[in-house]
Amino acid sequence: MKSDFAIELVDVVKRFGTVAAVDHVSMQIRPREFFALLGPSGCGKTTCLRMIAGFEQPSSGQLLLQGKPLGDIPAFKRNVNTVFQSYALFPHMTVAQNVAFGLEMKGVGRDEIRRRVADALDLVRLPQMADRYPKQMSGGQQQRVALARALVNKPEVLLLDEPLGALDYKLRKEMQIELKQMQQQLGITFIFVTHDQEEALTMSDRICVMSTGHALQVGTPLEIYERPNCKFVADFIGETNFLPGVVTEISGEYATVNVADMSLVGRLGEGVTLGASAWLSVRPEKMQLVDEARANPSALNTNSVTIDSVAYVGSDTRVVVHLGGQRLDVWDENNISTLDPNFYFRAGERASLSFPADNALVLVK
Amino acid sequence: MATLLRKSRALQLLGLMFPGGFWMVVFFLLPLLFIVVLSFLDNERLFTLEGYQRVFDPLYIGIFLQSIWISLLTTIISLLISFPVALFMARLPKGWRDIALFAVMIPFWTNFLVRTYALQFLMRNQGPINLLLQWIGLIDEPLSMLNTPAAVMVGLIYGNLPFMILPVYTSLEKFDWTLLEAAQDLGASAWPAFFRVMLPLTAPGLLSGSILTFVPAIGSYVTAELMGGGKATMIGRVIAGQFEQAQNWTFGSAMSLILMVIVTIFALIYFRLGRGERVAL
Repeated sequence: MKSDFAIELVDVVKRFGTVAAVDHVSMQIRPREFFALLGPSGCGKTTCLRMIAGFEQPSSGQLLLQGKPLGDIPAFKRNVNTVFQSYALFPHMTVAQNVAFGLEMKGVGRDEIRRRVADALDLVRLPQMADRYPKQMSGGQQQRVALARALVNKPEVLLLDEPLGALDYKLRKEMQIELKQMQQQLGITFIFVTHDQEEALTMSDRICVMSTGHALQVGTPLEIYERPNCKFVADFIGETNFLPGVVTEISGEYATVNVADMSLVGRLGEGVTLGASAWLSVRPEKMQLVDEARANPSALNTNSVTIDSVAYVGSDTRVVVHLGGQRLDVWDENNISTLDPNFYFRAGERASLSFPADNALVLVK
Repeated sequence: MATLLRKSRALQLLGLMFPGGFWMVVFFLLPLLFIVVLSFLDNERLFTLEGYQRVFDPLYIGIFLQSIWISLLTTIISLLISFPVALFMARLPKGWRDIALFAVMIPFWTNFLVRTYALQFLMRNQGPINLLLQWIGLIDEPLSMLNTPAAVMVGLIYGNLPFMILPVYTSLEKFDWTLLEAAQDLGASAWPAFFRVMLPLTAPGLLSGSILTFVPAIGSYVTAELMGGGKATMIGRVIAGQFEQAQNWTFGSAMSLILMVIVTIFALIYFRLGRGERVAL
């Protein structure tokens, strides 16, 4: 039976000594998906990748590759390939020998090896580098060789362990686009480990956010950013303000939180109950600052604030405001072009801050 | 004089080289020349090729070949013993690694002669090994282990093991273990991964260890004397015999120089093998 999933983790635990690096993680990765494992260092994302590759065995739970349990199938028999963080190119072999290695191990014929190695080097746009040694290449080129060496084996799943981490900013941006195009062109499932949220958001079809061994949320970049299911995800992805308070009302998909005697309404998060302590999470770009004179103070989520500081950063103006003893970041898009220095609010002035209920989330964990 | 020294770079270099140079000339080059001259002089101090002619006597060629054979075997067995030991050491946590290195070097603190005597004692007919084997009933009669080429080899392996372990360990410690994972990832099981990735990358260490073991082994005298029971197992023992008992310095010198040529050939092979590795690394 062909499974609906390229890779499945079922309640996987990996302990190192007494520490659970991966703690009851389940996830399903679809075929031809660009899937990111995102989290801070030590969150267990690389351990997950190493278990899929076969370098680590889970302490309990199960991994399935296209519906078939991987069990204790050794790494060299798994039809998955890895692009290592350090590239791990064989320094005593030329680029062509590196790329041919996997095919030789599988006993592919000489002519076919030559053809497929040439194709793989074309794919990563290094056809003229076949006879170089890794030492004679730049980091970006080595990265491409590592990619070619893995892809030439036509793996069912390609595992990438922070492959762009060692590249400079500009090259990283280029490679992000190129990797994404390559993945779509080849139709191979990519599992991509990164701690860079922007990288994950740009490239992935879906993201799994991990922290301290737990898979907190799996979703599309849109879902992860707009509807984080917990405080950690909201905090880790992008910027956000947390206003602590108590849940006073729940109605339909919304909850009201009492924050310093203000009633603020946001979308109801997972596990929110009446009377519970909660955070109202609202992102800096999802609020509006208007003149107090033009505001309707009785409108929903509208409150008077004091401007603490104003920083012009070009595309938007970053404002810090005081709301009921809380400091909030507000990013105001500069959608009017003017040279008037008095056009915008200045520190010490008062203004009215508002946001629709759908722009905020009430989270309890 | 002082200003001259400060000004002339050549003089400075000469000054720096003098202590080492003096040492090499007086204690190495001159004795070597002396040996070369001696090998061509007979008892009446007249020119002769007799020393070299005698080397080609099948008896002596046989001893040369046996010496090479024993030294090669010693090197190979040392390598086979050292690799797992060094591998184990390199995989230890950092603190334990230093302790293990220390343990490998401890035997150096005891005189080599004394250690060889100890080995002789262990292996003799009434020695602890024979007593133990008899006690557990594995053998009835004591094994006569001493005074055989095998005993010489045991002595050589024992004496030279640290010289093999240390360079092998050094190359294994530098080895990047993710390369083995990469090999596995690309479909290589344990042995192909070892032969295609680990072995070529640690070869420089294995080669240095081999030359450091082979050279002392082929020239060994003390071990051959004590473990071989004075029999003509190793050429070093035979050369010593010519200088001492036989008082035939011509022949002894000729054999010494032939031995040097053999060692040089092996050293050249070593450098040739080592060069290929360095190109890529």
